[in-house]
Amino acid sequence: MTDMKKAPMRFKARVWIVGDNINTDLILPNKAFYLTHEEQAMYVFSANRPGWAEQVKKGDILIGGNNFGMGSSRAAARSLKNLGLACLIAESLNGLFMRNCVNFAFPALECPGVHAAFSESEEADVEFETAGVRNITRGTALQGKPLPAPLMALVQAGGVYQLLEKEGLIAPKSAAV
Amino acid sequence: MGMTIAEKILAAKSGSKVVVPGDVVTVDVDTVILFDNNFMPNNWRDILQVADPSKIVVTFDHRVPAPTQQAAAAQVTGRAFVKKFGIKRFHDVGHNQGISHQLVADYGYALPGSVLLCSDSHTCSAGVFNCLARGVGGPDIIYAAIKGQTWFRCGETVRYELHGKLPEAVTAKDAFLQIAGVHGAHATMNVEYGGPGVAGLSVNARKTIAAMSAELSAEFATFEADAALTEWISARNPAPFVPVRPDADAKYLAVRNIDLSALEPLVALPDSVVNNSQPVAKTAGTRIDQAYIGSCANGTQDDIELAARVVRGRRIAPGVRFIVVPASQTVYRDVVASGAVQTLIEAGAMIAPPTCGACGGGHMGVLGPNEVCLTSSTRNFKGRMGDPSSQVYMASPATVAASALTGVITDPREFLQ
Ligand code: SF4
Repeated sequence: MTDMKKAPMRFKARVWIVGDNINTDLILPNKAFYLTHEEQAMYVFSANRPGWAEQVKKGDILIGGNNFGMGSSRAAARSLKNLGLACLIAESLNGLFMRNCVNFAFPALECPGVHAAFSESEEADVEFETAGVRNITRGTALQGKPLPAPLMALVQAGGVYQLLEKEGLIAPKSAAV
Repeated sequence: MGMTIAEKILAAKSGSKVVVPGDVVTVDVDTVILFDNNFMPNNWRDILQVADPSKIVVTFDHRVPAPTQQAAAAQVTGRAFVKKFGIKRFHDVGHNQGISHQLVADYGYALPGSVLLCSDSHTCSAGVFNCLARGVGGPDIIYAAIKGQTWFRCGETVRYELHGKLPEAVTAKDAFLQIAGVHGAHATMNVEYGGPGVAGLSVNARKTIAAMSAELSAEFATFEADAALTEWISARNPAPFVPVRPDADAKYLAVRNIDLSALEPLVALPDSVVNNSQPVAKTAGTRIDQAYIGSCANGTQDDIELAARVVRGRRIAPGVRFIVVPASQTVYRDVVASGAVQTLIEAGAMIAPPTCGACGGGHMGVLGPNEVCLTSSTRNFKGRMGDPSSQVYMASPATVAASALTGVITDPREFLQ
């Protein structure tokens, strides 16, 4: 969808770990629906891990289990991004959630074995484009599944809205939200 | 090489000869549905041009009539969008309003072989009409409205062959809870439903299974077409269509047989429907605060009339709130005409206007701390219908109605002899 070339995306940071079947209602609960994007981010996991959102530091990496992001089409991926997480690596990503990661240009990868390969607070080194994942703390490495080329291009372009804005097909984002 | 229904439609719509699992394809979109959440002030991006206004449908469903200023603002934005692009298929609050997936059934908006998008995860509901319907993200909807296209990643397909006929008081919801309970999640996979048992299910019953397939995390859920289905569509939409059958040598990840005649009423325990179903006898006696019948999966005329049969001549238990929500104004008119509404309100039910309401925890029956709800809606995630400490059990409309009568989870068979 675009031929823009960007510098490779590489993330090195501590990891947080969650389990299988994390659903969108846990990431973006209904009671945060009317809030601003920044406020919504502070509700991530408020039902299952209260207080966690305050502990996340900009650039941290989230590791998930199977079918991460199951559930609704709500902009849950946007909340993970706005919380400051650099990327998400999961055993597997829910198909609809993966779409929203691409839509909002939040780097997310599938990497079988990743859940067992890390303990919370260990350091990861992720090369997004090649899906190379290293555990710096343990000195181990894993190979994830790179995003298909057209989807990678969309992430590199900054997501759907940036693309449409550049093409003059949607109005620039208003300052109100 | 043989293809499944989903693969055949993906191939046709992307101009490819063959599509196999793993392919990422760009397809033409026939129908794009926008609803009130798309227009919420913190979601909406102002669209400057659309590919084809006649391919767009707009409804307000998640929060109707508007319970908050933001919801009202979303509707104002939606009406302006409709006016700006001259969108004809607009379902404003009033005569033609309804939950988007019910409107697709009421008005025949999904034709066999077509591609339909909406940014609600239960859009797979329209897969009952032998088409590819998928819930996508809000940005995907804006992209598709503007460009007339979207992308899909093709997954492998699991086929369910339905056999036999459901026993009295056992419904399509129970059939779904059986599939989800035994076979669990189908993430990245398509599900295809067919077999001789489909003929014995009404289109509404099939739609329950298609809509609920979102809970399997399936990519696409698609039913085979039969005469009942094509007649349903043709009675509502004069446009021509050709049903899509799977190839005889289509490659499935698995083919599983479901004997409908062997099923019993089931209940899904709170937080997930995946590997979480039990026979109603096992949860019987669990106290409930609220009984809910509605949603895009179980707010049809069949569902509401079944509930009315269960409660006819009886009163619901003190301390239970029994909320019944027709999925569209068309359904509402039909169940008023049939007398079901009269029966239900005499029993003590509250009838809400067509809306997603408490299904999405939006309004009209949101749960408080530690409350317990038995719902026939679509999703029972933690906190889905209100407070994170509330518990949501899921069952058929018959089981929900029977439980409203007793105040505890109850086998509906004793009320439907
Ligand atoms: S009724 Fe529930 S599942 Fe269906 S569209 Fe509305 S919120 Fe989604």
